[in-house]
Amino acid sequence: MKEFSYIIKDEIGIHARPAGLLAKEAKAFASKITIEANGKSADVTRLMAVMGLGVKTGAEVVIKAEGDDEDVAIAKMQEFMSANL
Amino acid sequence: MEQYEGKSIYNGIAIGKIWFYEKSEQQVKRVKIDNADEEIKRYEKAKEIAIAQLNQLYDKAVTDVGEANAMIFEVHAMMLEDADYNDSVYNIIQTENVNAEYAVATTGDNFSVMFAEMEDEYFKARSADVKDISERVIAALAGVDTDAGDMDEPVIVVAEDLAPSETVQMDKTKLLGFVTRLGSSNSHTAILARTMNIPALIGVDIDSSWNNKMAIIDGRKGLLYVEPDEVTLAAYKAEQKKDEEARELLKNLKGLPDETLDGKHIKLYANIGSVADVANVLANDAAGIGLFRSEFLYLEKTDYPTEEEQFAIYKTVAQNMAGRKVVIRTLDIGADKQVDYFNMDKEENPAMGYRAIRICLDRIDIFKTQLRALYRASAFGNIAIMFPMIISLSEVKRIKEICEDIKAELKENGIEYGEVELGVMIETPAAVMISDELAKEVDFFSIGTNDLTQYTLAIDRQNSKLDSIYDSHHPAVLKMIKMVADNGHAEGIWVGICGELASDTTLTETFIKMGIDELSVSPGYVLPIRKIIRQTRRGK
Repeated sequence: MKEFSYIIKDEIGIHARPAGLLAKEAKAFASKITIEANGKSADVTRLMAVMGLGVKTGAEVVIKAEGDDEDVAIAKMQEFMSANL
Repeated sequence: MEQYEGKSIYNGIAIGKIWFYEKSEQQVKRVKIDNADEEIKRYEKAKEIAIAQLNQLYDKAVTDVGEANAMIFEVHAMMLEDADYNDSVYNIIQTENVNAEYAVATTGDNFSVMFAEMEDEYFKARSADVKDISERVIAALAGVDTDAGDMDEPVIVVAEDLAPSETVQMDKTKLLGFVTRLGSSNSHTAILARTMNIPALIGVDIDSSWNNKMAIIDGRKGLLYVEPDEVTLAAYKAEQKKDEEARELLKNLKGLPDETLDGKHIKLYANIGSVADVANVLANDAAGIGLFRSEFLYLEKTDYPTEEEQFAIYKTVAQNMAGRKVVIRTLDIGADKQVDYFNMDKEENPAMGYRAIRICLDRIDIFKTQLRALYRASAFGNIAIMFPMIISLSEVKRIKEICEDIKAELKENGIEYGEVELGVMIETPAAVMISDELAKEVDFFSIGTNDLTQYTLAIDRQNSKLDSIYDSHHPAVLKMIKMVADNGHAEGIWVGICGELASDTTLTETFIKMGIDELSVSPGYVLPIRKIIRQTRRGK
């Protein structure tokens, strides 16, 4: 399993559009990718669940990937987070 | 006439008939079905139609309101493809053997409640999005179009709530404004209203009996008038016309040079009283700031503002103006502007008393703090400093000495500062009469017509009994302005006007013919004055 933590810089937090794009990105991988925030965890491919975490700006999240392509997946997630959130 | 309060989304005025918009609510019945697989196929097909509609809406919105605002429809399509949402629909159909409509409605309700219960305003507002997509699928299942109905004439739309898709689909040439009971200022519908410049109120206690009645939305005060009386209607029509004219000016004159027909360039600047006004200066396209009244820094505090506090503010303004001229007037308190912590004695005649530069040259420490902050900020933009209430050459010479001391001090400490023009306000008859000598000492003059008129005519501005004889166009004042312009030009310095007369459109031509180089007006007057400048010939 690979993981990294990230502080959200987007003003609104993890809002609908980046959450949707994130879900799309994550679907491309075989690994199970999750996001943890506020003591809760959600599957990144599930847009509503991710929005349901209500992650606001300045919050720390942990992204975990587990599976055959976890190295590529985690690198892609890292790239996505810093470019969009 | 009835009056209702609401929360304003866009500051504008709309006048027109009300069209009470009622959603063709899909009555969803719970129906038992035999074949769950068939029902799921029905759902999948309806979802495809809904997503196709959303893609079309996205394209329309990109053209109408720009990509950033159109994204909501892309997000809606993404939500419809969310695994949890879909799993919930499948699950309800399969376990309860019920129709797809019921499964979608139930799922929509559950998710919408989840968002509604969240703390953050942004996430709370997403509850409406979930409802919107669910209704779209239900409509597709029923084979009906969810398009908002057509409007025959321009109307104010009144509704319980409006979904972004409904707002975007409405014919904007016929949409004067909208009023809803629900919605938040964070909702996409609100954002769209702002982008489309449509006056809108939310949180209004609406009533279906208003249909077809005349109404006024006042977006500035957050008020709705239903069946307004003649007087109110006339007043708002006039106000609306003024707004339209201003918008028209902005459209036609923004970005154009402030030049007369025969090529004389006028510096058309704006007056400000605080940092917050800078946005307005830029929005009205002024070429600079001709009068930044620094006293607000002192008036809004309970103790002397520090050098750092002042520096931060001057720097912000200089940076925001990005190289355009910013003329900052040093502290001008006393007379009608009193500050408690200065502990000043009560005066018999404050307008002629201990005020402005007189205080600064007496309490040098306060003056030096401000000057140091100004010089330091000058490294970050194009700052000029002007001094109020000058009556003598010796004052100006003293001020220049102090400025030299401050520059030397900064240099010694390795602190950077820029080129700073120094000017004086011409607002006393004395300054007018010695303007030939003053012109040799400074880089510019700025004529403060309010005080100059009061001192020249010996009329107290605060005394309303004298209003009838307070003639701002008095020939004595105009002759003085001409004299100052001539004396300034003889020494090659620029001469401006920053008092109220500068925004008097009936005098703009007179001032241009006198050779006035700069006019500094309230931001709202910049474009009306630009219009006149561009139609005037200076001649010679």
